[in-house]
Amino acid sequence: MSDIKSRNNRQNWPENYRQQAEIATDPRIRAFYQAGCPAPETPIQDVPLLALDFETTGLEADKHSIVSIGLVPFTLEGIQLGNSWHQVVRPKLPLHQTSITIHGITHAEIDQAPDLEDVLDPLFQHLTGRIPVVHFRNIERPFLNAALQWRLKEQLRFPVIDTMAIEAHLHPHRNPSRWQQLMGKQPVSIRLPDSRTRYGLPHYAGHNALIDAIATAELFQAQVLHHFSPDTPIGNLWV
Amino acid sequence: MQAELLDIRNHMTQYAPFDELPDELLDRIVASIEVVYFRAGTQIVELGQQALWLHYIRSGAVEIFRRSGELYSRVGEGEIFGQFGLLMHKKVRFPVKAIEDCLIYKIPAEVFQYLWEQDESFADFVEIEDRSRLRSAVSRREKSNELMTAKVTRLISREPISAPTTVRLQEAARIMTENGVSALLLMDETGDRPRLKGIITDRDLRTRAVTHALASETPISEIMTEGLITISARSFIFEAMLTMLHNNVHHLPVIDGDEVRGVVALSDIVKYESQSSLFLVSHIYQQKDVKGLKKVSQDVRDSFVRMVNEDANSHMIGSAMAGIGRSFSQKLLELGEEKLGPPPVPYCFMALGSMARDEQLVVTDQDNAMILDDSFIPEEHDDYFLALAKFVSDGLAECGYTYCTGDIMATNPRWRQPLSVWKGYFTEWIDSPNAQTLLNSNIFFDLDGIHGQTDLAEQLKTLITEKASNSQRFLTLLARNALNRTPPLGFFRTFVLEEDGKHQKTFNLKRRGTAPLSDLIRVHALACGARSQNSFERLKDIAKTKLLVDDDAGNLRDALEFISIVRIRHQALAIEEGRDPDNNVRPEDLSPFERSHLKDAFQVVSNAQKFLRFRYNAGTSRNV
Repeated sequence: MSDIKSRNNRQNWPENYRQQAEIATDPRIRAFYQAGCPAPETPIQDVPLLALDFETTGLEADKHSIVSIGLVPFTLEGIQLGNSWHQVVRPKLPLHQTSITIHGITHAEIDQAPDLEDVLDPLFQHLTGRIPVVHFRNIERPFLNAALQWRLKEQLRFPVIDTMAIEAHLHPHRNPSRWQQLMGKQPVSIRLPDSRTRYGLPHYAGHNALIDAIATAELFQAQVLHHFSPDTPIGNLWV
Repeated sequence: MQAELLDIRNHMTQYAPFDELPDELLDRIVASIEVVYFRAGTQIVELGQQALWLHYIRSGAVEIFRRSGELYSRVGEGEIFGQFGLLMHKKVRFPVKAIEDCLIYKIPAEVFQYLWEQDESFADFVEIEDRSRLRSAVSRREKSNELMTAKVTRLISREPISAPTTVRLQEAARIMTENGVSALLLMDETGDRPRLKGIITDRDLRTRAVTHALASETPISEIMTEGLITISARSFIFEAMLTMLHNNVHHLPVIDGDEVRGVVALSDIVKYESQSSLFLVSHIYQQKDVKGLKKVSQDVRDSFVRMVNEDANSHMIGSAMAGIGRSFSQKLLELGEEKLGPPPVPYCFMALGSMARDEQLVVTDQDNAMILDDSFIPEEHDDYFLALAKFVSDGLAECGYTYCTGDIMATNPRWRQPLSVWKGYFTEWIDSPNAQTLLNSNIFFDLDGIHGQTDLAEQLKTLITEKASNSQRFLTLLARNALNRTPPLGFFRTFVLEEDGKHQKTFNLKRRGTAPLSDLIRVHALACGARSQNSFERLKDIAKTKLLVDDDAGNLRDALEFISIVRIRHQALAIEEGRDPDNNVRPEDLSPFERSHLKDAFQVVSNAQKFLRFRYNAGTSRNV
């Protein structure tokens, strides 16, 4: 039923949450499911959202680790900077040299950082009762799942709103054919900064998980106002 | 605040009033922000809605409207809106609409309140009364210059040295030498108590006594200067300086009630006034020919720039420049009379326009005229006066005062006429006014006799003050002309914003700022029969009447001072950078401080024009 292409299209998320709440053993995971999932027809303006961004040592959830988490709760009415949260965590696997420059996080910071397991309580406090919004869904959800599987031997299944998938949906022919390229047509980038530019959103100089989460939340507000509406059912958007 | 939010804080610290806030307040703001996106065309806040937030524009632009639906302002990145509602009734007073896609940081009312209580600069910035903000900007600037904050009494270092008017020349010289003073006050002691009657100075002794080899027993009353120019003990030093510049005197008795407190000499003020516009004036009088004057004129711009850099106010600078211009004219008239011989009939040389108002700057042309005594016979005398007028006019042009493009110069026979003809001109202008002729004769209503029989000019002033206030039609047409030029609404990014929402690249600070102000001040001044010419002096006279309400005269003064000083600074900067100074300003040349206060000042002008239209029944059409 989602407008956005996804393998999860046939999922009944509210029902999944109810079932998972029965099975879950970890109290935090159980509480997450017990908080429930809004019905797919709920207008997006009524849904509490959580912009979420991970910085990772690489792109594959089974080989790489989370380095930092940034998140900020929001609705279409406002992104609450005061309730934002940023946490550096110590990866299980050695930090690859190139990613240091990307994240701007030093070895010293990482050596002093807690394990993800130690910060699960605050992480779940933020996640519970909210639908995550990410830019590129193949990072946050699989990495979180892998991390929980590793530490708690449990998984967490939830719908996300993927602002990148929305951009892909809006620009289905973003890669011009060779003929079009010869005619000078440029491909449409759906990376976070490029997508933001299309909505007149400002450029952020800094790069960290929290700023990227805020950037994602802003992008989603802009997408809804430009291409959907505050009344659009959330089921049309989540994947 | 999380270090990761630095991006947000850093953006705000680029803009007033956040640039002056301490870090802990900024952190508090950032932690309170709710970020919202608005599409172009959407209403962000509606009139009468509960005012819950201060809005900071992170990107995009909005338009702010008055209750009436008129455009109030257009603001963009780094600017705020919503403060009025928060300060007043907690209801939105100015509805706001996004004109571009906007990212807005909303700061909650309680944080706004906290900032307002904690931080003076923040409170000043968001203060609802634009006028009081302008007032504090003007006075803060003026406080930085000692000439404007110190009273003239500070310059008095000793009791005044005086003698009765009955002393003889030699005795007077002896008293001056013994006491080491350059001026002696002469008191009339025939009444109950001594009364200040005259003054004699070193220069008088040289030029009047020694040169003419007067006997040492000559009564001092025969050579003393009477009709003294004095200054009140409550005046500021700069006012003493203005008085000296305007009247070309070097000594000023300081008067407190009936009592003489002391004498202030030019040399006392020069200690305070390193910009030396007074020196320049005395330098002008020492020149022997036009060539010498031309050489001195090269220092005028430097003197102007120095005064600007020492934070003199516009009244001081305008008076100093006018005083310098007047001195060039006077010296040229002296040289002309030396060359052509004494005038066949008495005459008065008049300065008009900005020089008469003591509001001259560096980019200026010459506006002058001659009033001749009624015994003038054109066939016999006009050759002389034409030659004199031409000598002065050419000399002024040599010294950088370009010829008047409107030919308002004494070289034009129409403006070189006997008093009776001049009286006829003014009578016709006032009694049978016509909008077009009034537009051209506006400049004659700012007049000042600067040489010769200056009482001829005073007679014209008397005629004007008596007639003008009684002629409704004249005032109506004059008011209508004063509405021809309006100020802009404000600025938006690198543009000038007009009332109809249109954009301009540049604007003329004289035509759109100081000129409309001096025009409307002139109308009020004529209506209330004021004799003063300077706009600031006229405002003082107007304030004594009931013509304006509240503190409108004070607000006009602030607006004139602020616009003038921005214009002056703009010209000084051009001179320092080796460019030709002009009046055209681009918004990007203005500091954020200047932009926001100029907008306040324009608002004052605009309101004053509305009042003028109503008060003199000047109609709604601007082109009648």
